[in-house]
Amino acid sequence: MEAVKQGSAAIGLRSKSHVVLACVNKANSELSSHQKKIFKVDDHIGVAIAGLTADGRVLSRYMRNECINYFYTYESQLPVGRLVVQLADKAQVCTQRSWKRPFGVGLLVGGLDEFGAHLYYNCPSGNYFEYQAFAIGSRSQAAKTYLERKFESFMGSSRENLIKDALFALRETLQGEKLTSSVCTIAVVGIGEAFHILDQETVQALINEFEIAGEEAAAPDQAAVDEPLAAADDQAAPGDEGAAPMDM
Amino acid sequence: MTKQQANWSPYDNNGGTCVAIAGTDYCVIAADTRMSSGYNILTRDYSKINQLADKSVLASSGFQADVRALQKVLAAKHLQYQHQHNKQMSCPAMAQLLSNTLYYKRFFPYYAFNVLGGLDHEGKGCVFTYDAVGSYERVGYSSQGSGSTLITPFLDNQLKSPSPLLLPARDAVTPLSESEAIDLVKTCFASATERDIYTGDKLEILIMNASGIRQEYMELRKD
Repeated sequence: MEAVKQGSAAIGLRSKSHVVLACVNKANSELSSHQKKIFKVDDHIGVAIAGLTADGRVLSRYMRNECINYFYTYESQLPVGRLVVQLADKAQVCTQRSWKRPFGVGLLVGGLDEFGAHLYYNCPSGNYFEYQAFAIGSRSQAAKTYLERKFESFMGSSRENLIKDALFALRETLQGEKLTSSVCTIAVVGIGEAFHILDQETVQALINEFEIAGEEAAAPDQAAVDEPLAAADDQAAPGDEGAAPMDM
Repeated sequence: MTKQQANWSPYDNNGGTCVAIAGTDYCVIAADTRMSSGYNILTRDYSKINQLADKSVLASSGFQADVRALQKVLAAKHLQYQHQHNKQMSCPAMAQLLSNTLYYKRFFPYYAFNVLGGLDHEGKGCVFTYDAVGSYERVGYSSQGSGSTLITPFLDNQLKSPSPLLLPARDAVTPLSESEAIDLVKTCFASATERDIYTGDKLEILIMNASGIRQEYMELRKD
């Protein structure tokens, strides 16, 4: 949906044991604070949103309550795969009632279940897909192109490399702007690691460590590729999960 | 034909005793680990103490099924609070929440006799004592459960807490040191175990202070 395409970028990637969510935090003006785009849903699930953040907040509250109620009844964590189905069904209802409007937000849900780490993308249409890596929001095509090149290595990636790849992908969406910890937010969840948002110092240290300040792009062909691709935004480019059409 | 009376009760009393003492910079919460039903012992190793938040610990005697259900409700409410406010609940806030939760079931109560212990925002120990329907009060020390009738008079004598009705308002916390309070608690339970059949087996003590929470155990008489 258009609302999602116009929101600022959010990126997710996963390995067998970890999921990293990253997003660009652009404030409207110098004076205002930036919007919160990454929400903790439970210890083992987190979500990054792009689009109408108000809708995203409402859905996060719904997800949190679902997790709490599930834990109350079953004394175990709600598997993320179940949660995304419930979310998708909720979104679908709004597409088939004349007095409602669809949720104007795309959600990248990262979480754990008994089999490992998973990343899902929930559309306003009610569709959802599982991804190895994905990017949504404005200028996300640049990130997707980077992720397409690297995604095969993600499954076996270490946590640090996963975060590094997230930062690199994030830099792609900034189109030449300097990547500092003040414009981005990174969150990690993994087996044995509860969902948490990394604080500014940690992120800045990682950026410095990987030397991702962003003076010149990682590959010179990126700059040429970005321009034409930014226009053709409905290029379907999911991860390795097959030819699932992406109706952004 | 005499009138038929209901002989099934939704409640059972699993016995046990809970004690809490508040100090100037610590809080001691203790409970025995015996769970009984009638004249039988169900288990000698059941914890009645549950940590609800960073700085709040709940000890409850009474009907343990209701206690468990109550703990789950409070845990869920606390999680919601953390999502909304981005921080843990303070002990006085948890105290009010517990009171409201209990009163919510005013007409089919949780058969739970609660003592909530923790540290307030100044780091001072706080103890809140409850009845089954949520009436509560902040005090310097408290005892609930089957052994409370034996322990409370002893604590009254040793801790001489001023009445909350006195003016000017006096500090309820005891001037005892942490180790003295722990010894006092151990003495209380050793005595209560002698005469109360529902108290015994093992004593679980939780000590909360600025550096965190630690646990201690003490064996009690098993008869």
